[in-house]
Amino acid sequence: MTTMVEAINAALRDSLADDEKVLVFGQDVGRLGGVFRVTDGLQDRFGPNRCFDTPLAESAIVGTAIGLAMRGFRPVPEIQFDGFSYPAFEQIISHLAKLRNRTRGAITLPITLRIPSHGGVGAIEHHSESPETYFVHTAGLKVVTPATPADAYSLLRESISSDDPIVFLEPKRRYYSTIDLELPVTTEPIGRAVIRRSGTDATLVGYGPSTGIALDAADAAADEGISLEVIDLRSLVPLDIHTVVESVRRTGRCVIVHEAARTLGMGAELAALVQEHAFYDLEAPVLRATGFDTPNPPPRLEHHWLPDIDRVLDCVEQTMAHR
Amino acid sequence: MMDISDDVLRDLHRRMVRIRQFEEGAGKLAEQAKLPGFLHLYVGEEAVAAGACAALTDEDQITSTHRGHGHLVAKGGDFRRMMAELMGRATGYCKGKGGSMHISDLSLGMLGANGIVGAGTPIAVGAAFANRYRDNGKVALAFFGDGATNIGAFHEAANMACALHLPIVFMCENNGYGEFTPREKTMAITDVVDRAAGYGMPGVIVDGMDAVAVYEAAVEAVARARAGDGPTMIEAKTYRYYNHHGVQNMGVQYRTDDEIEAWKKRDPISGLEARMAELGVMSADDATAVWAEVEAELGDAVQFAEDSPFPEPEALLSDVYTVMEGAAR
Ligand SMILES: Cc1ncc(C[n+]2csc(CCOP(=O)(O)OP(=O)(O)O)c2C)c(N)n1
Ligand SMILES: [Mg+2]
Repeated sequence: MTTMVEAINAALRDSLADDEKVLVFGQDVGRLGGVFRVTDGLQDRFGPNRCFDTPLAESAIVGTAIGLAMRGFRPVPEIQFDGFSYPAFEQIISHLAKLRNRTRGAITLPITLRIPSHGGVGAIEHHSESPETYFVHTAGLKVVTPATPADAYSLLRESISSDDPIVFLEPKRRYYSTIDLELPVTTEPIGRAVIRRSGTDATLVGYGPSTGIALDAADAAADEGISLEVIDLRSLVPLDIHTVVESVRRTGRCVIVHEAARTLGMGAELAALVQEHAFYDLEAPVLRATGFDTPNPPPRLEHHWLPDIDRVLDCVEQTMAHR
Repeated sequence: MMDISDDVLRDLHRRMVRIRQFEEGAGKLAEQAKLPGFLHLYVGEEAVAAGACAALTDEDQITSTHRGHGHLVAKGGDFRRMMAELMGRATGYCKGKGGSMHISDLSLGMLGANGIVGAGTPIAVGAAFANRYRDNGKVALAFFGDGATNIGAFHEAANMACALHLPIVFMCENNGYGEFTPREKTMAITDVVDRAAGYGMPGVIVDGMDAVAVYEAAVEAVARARAGDGPTMIEAKTYRYYNHHGVQNMGVQYRTDDEIEAWKKRDPISGLEARMAELGVMSADDATAVWAEVEAELGDAVQFAEDSPFPEPEALLSDVYTVMEGAAR
């Protein structure tokens, strides 16, 4: 049995072992092994030069990664929680994303910025945010969003060996669920969406934490005789719109599921692309089952806020009403 | 040495007992799974909040941290509304929508706890600027940890406050750790207050386990600020008894039992009680009476919280804007 935490830990361990240029660092990732235990044992195994603790200084963590990358390293910094990426925003948006273009290709930054993200763990604002839109909107960053332990392993290994800067958003609510999995494992590459469940009546699109919600909704719908296809995007940049469009051409209906707030979330971009490429195949408007346009809620209200099976199935029902 | 009146001693004692009992109560409720979310307890550090806030008036302002209950209690926070907030009830300070790290009380000049480490310090600078602009003689005091002095926001705030010569006190609670990492791994100086000179303000080190020492230093710094003589940084050496968050350790040994016990021997409350007994200011019975009174206050607050409703789901959508014209999003 393997958890996503163990899969990520193994990906870091194997990357550290394979390439001595890989460095892992962040707040409490060294001696402690990370507040989620993701880096457990890495400092013991690889020493304090390759896996180390940093001060509480997110901007410096990302800036240091950039300097290390410029001098030939392959840094894998961790930002402890989604909301703490904002103090580092300037380094991420203005430098990490743009240095390659600014130097007309002279500088590449092979950095994988791991950020435990999204809600569902009973935390609150700063500790439960879905920051993907900021990064997706910024050209120069790739954004990778695993939903399963196998993908967490494989996509992280691929991210670390990639020469582009990658924001790697880990769905912390899926950290500790277990599955049968042999590591190492290689799954589809970054940029390829995967159909997790085939169906004929409508297409559900998810990524990271919302793939599981879409799958649960599809299970529930099957009991009512509705056949839903579930696509897991796996990465948001690059975005495999082709797989989504192909599916929607067959089903004629599309519902996008994400935890992030609705306005200008991934759903907005996907809806625009789907209508652009599959307009005459659509039987109904593309709908979005998302978080609300409010700050992240407190623990006791979180289940009202996050998209759940009911919110997804409400959308499905609305699209099915178009005949 | 300042001449400390008996009333000030009693006041410091009471503030600390209120913090201790509130925190121990909150810790128990968390262990019974009655408090959702993160809980960063202030137990052990009471002397800092008590000493600092006793030097302020209700109209002076503070900014707080993720470990903020003690600051609010010391500033006169209402147990009922605090406990209700921690338990996620609609009668709480944030209508049950915030929790431990989000409480503010403008009527007490408490400008907010903060889940982002370091974020409170620039806000305190703004409050200090407003005081100077209005020439109202009020002072802002920013609480922050040792770890917070490693992030840019702190440095920007300290520099700006000094450059603008604002009425502010920077109150560092140096408990030796940021989460699970010891201070010496994250800064090359032993005394955080060494940073003060770099910005051009005086820095003072005090024993953060001694409320009187903190009070004396705070009174002096506040007086400087009120007199228009600019910022001061105070570093209180202190210790948290419990884990970074919650009560129990996460099973990771990052501090030794010996270290914890050594600090507990210098407990700020028993220390002050012994001193007051020696001075004849407070008998054992007097002390017991204070604890009992606060215990009753706490019991009432927990009851109040437990009897209060949870917020309605619709409450999620309110308080985002003052007015939102046009279609609901
Ligand atoms: C910007 C930011 N980075 C990281 C964190 C996670 N975090 C919460 S408390 C803390 C340590 C703070 O240390 P210190 O300022 O010394 O306060 P203490 O907890 O010791 O009272 C960290 C790293 C955070 N809340 N905000
Ligand atoms: Mg500290």
